[in-house]
Amino acid sequence: MSSNPNESAGPVTMMQAPLYLQYRFTAGTSSLSFLHAIKRGRLIGRRCPGCESVYIPCRGSCARCGVATCDNIELTDEGVIDKFTVVHIPIPNNPIKPPFVVAHIRLNGADNAFHHLIGEVDNDKVKLGMKVKAVWRPESEWDYGLDNIRYFKPLGGEHD
Amino acid sequence: MANHAAVIGVGQVKYQTQRDDVSIAGLVREAAQNALDDAQLEWSDIDAVVIGKAPDMFEGHMMPELYLADALCATNKPILRVHTAGSVGGSTAIVAASHVQSGVFERVLTVAYEKQSESNAMWALSSKQPFATHLNAGAGGFFAPLIREYIQRSNAPAEVGMQVAVKDRLHALRNPLAHLHMPDIDLATVEASPMLWEPLRFLESCPSSDGACAMIIGSERAAAASPKKPAWIRGTAMRSEPTNFAGREQVNPQAGIDCAKDVYRQAGIQNPRKDLDTAEIYVPFSWYEPMWLENLGFCDIGEGWKLTLEGATSLPEGGDIPWNCSGGVLSTNPIGASGMIRFAEAAQQVRGLAGDYQVEGTQLALGHAYGGGAQFFSMWVVGAEKQ
Ligand SMILES: [Zn+2]
Repeated sequence: MSSNPNESAGPVTMMQAPLYLQYRFTAGTSSLSFLHAIKRGRLIGRRCPGCESVYIPCRGSCARCGVATCDNIELTDEGVIDKFTVVHIPIPNNPIKPPFVVAHIRLNGADNAFHHLIGEVDNDKVKLGMKVKAVWRPESEWDYGLDNIRYFKPLGGEHD
Repeated sequence: MANHAAVIGVGQVKYQTQRDDVSIAGLVREAAQNALDDAQLEWSDIDAVVIGKAPDMFEGHMMPELYLADALCATNKPILRVHTAGSVGGSTAIVAASHVQSGVFERVLTVAYEKQSESNAMWALSSKQPFATHLNAGAGGFFAPLIREYIQRSNAPAEVGMQVAVKDRLHALRNPLAHLHMPDIDLATVEASPMLWEPLRFLESCPSSDGACAMIIGSERAAAASPKKPAWIRGTAMRSEPTNFAGREQVNPQAGIDCAKDVYRQAGIQNPRKDLDTAEIYVPFSWYEPMWLENLGFCDIGEGWKLTLEGATSLPEGGDIPWNCSGGVLSTNPIGASGMIRFAEAAQQVRGLAGDYQVEGTQLALGHAYGGGAQFFSMWVVGAEKQ
């Protein structure tokens, strides 16, 4: 079982052979508008011409209607907790220390939710439907991704 | 009109944390050989091979079907690999059944496997996606929020999940092949186990197993020549839906409802709780038992947890619809094989070959699997009679 020959506890029956993969990702026009916006600290969603649903992060098509989304819609960084859990499991190399809250956040004006962290509130005070607002990283750290938001925090008065 | 098809052989292995005595090829070979022995057939009797497994990322083997063709004696035969995430064991069996129902093949070997000891499923399911937040919370991190929503909607008491965890482990004690054998399991033990993803505790989650499951599916003629009782395939269905779209019902997915309706219609089932004698349902986290009881139409919405609490799904308690008598995914989870084990255990029940966990007199049984973000469903109904 051991991969360390110095232990000489018996025959080696398993070895670690890590793979490293690097992808070159083509975002597509819809995701590009989201990514260029979030690089500047703004949140852009996209509307489906069929069901009028607004998706953020932008999607090129609405999976419900099967048609291409069209208009870009600017959204604020406030929304509600649609679903959540408190994660206690320690995962190796995870920089986030448990316990932490993973929530599905639905931004105001959006019709889908995305996963993000909740902060500045005790884990046992988090509730479904709680109003939250994004806490952004310093502008100097902004890149192309939702990680520009550090976490969401409850809007005043909701967490006591 | 499709031809009749039946399960004429089932082969499994002893499921455990690590099978370091065999390679992946050895593992699938062992299950397949056991299925051939059960059917009293030779490798040369097999016309085609259909193999399934969960994402290649788990073990890091790309296109494993090519490397496993030798071990499965697929030289000069068609071999086809199926993948539908966690539901793959079920959909693989359905593809194999279609091979026979089409009339093109007489006897098809189907096998599904996972060697979790050589894989890192937690990593594979949490790999960083471009531009998304990297939360690294594993499968439970995805399903726990849906479970919490179910509990809020249905007002289910907290002990329901723990009761499922105990019930399936008590069932597993009757199954010598099950991975987990916990003779002292009780509610207090489950409650004392560490919280992983609220409200799921360690013992309310499935284990990581090595294992493979195989079946031989035969035509009407092959079934007639088979020494053991066949399990007739009375209906098969698959449905899928996207992970993320506006207004998606994630707790009670439409794809699951539609898939169940389709397979019940084929099998002539009006009332699943009454018409089915037992079911093997994919329950990797305890709370999915009450959630699937509702999704599969065994009761009204919001009532599933009551059936669980009453003991309706328990074999030792004499429940009217025992679920997962083999111990289920909560007791054995070689991911890619877990769906096929459900389908195979349903077949064993109608064949009367389920040993100490046999539900006496089973005529009709349901096998079920789901995968991805509760978005891929595969189901079959098997019967003791042809129609
Ligand atoms: Zn739409």
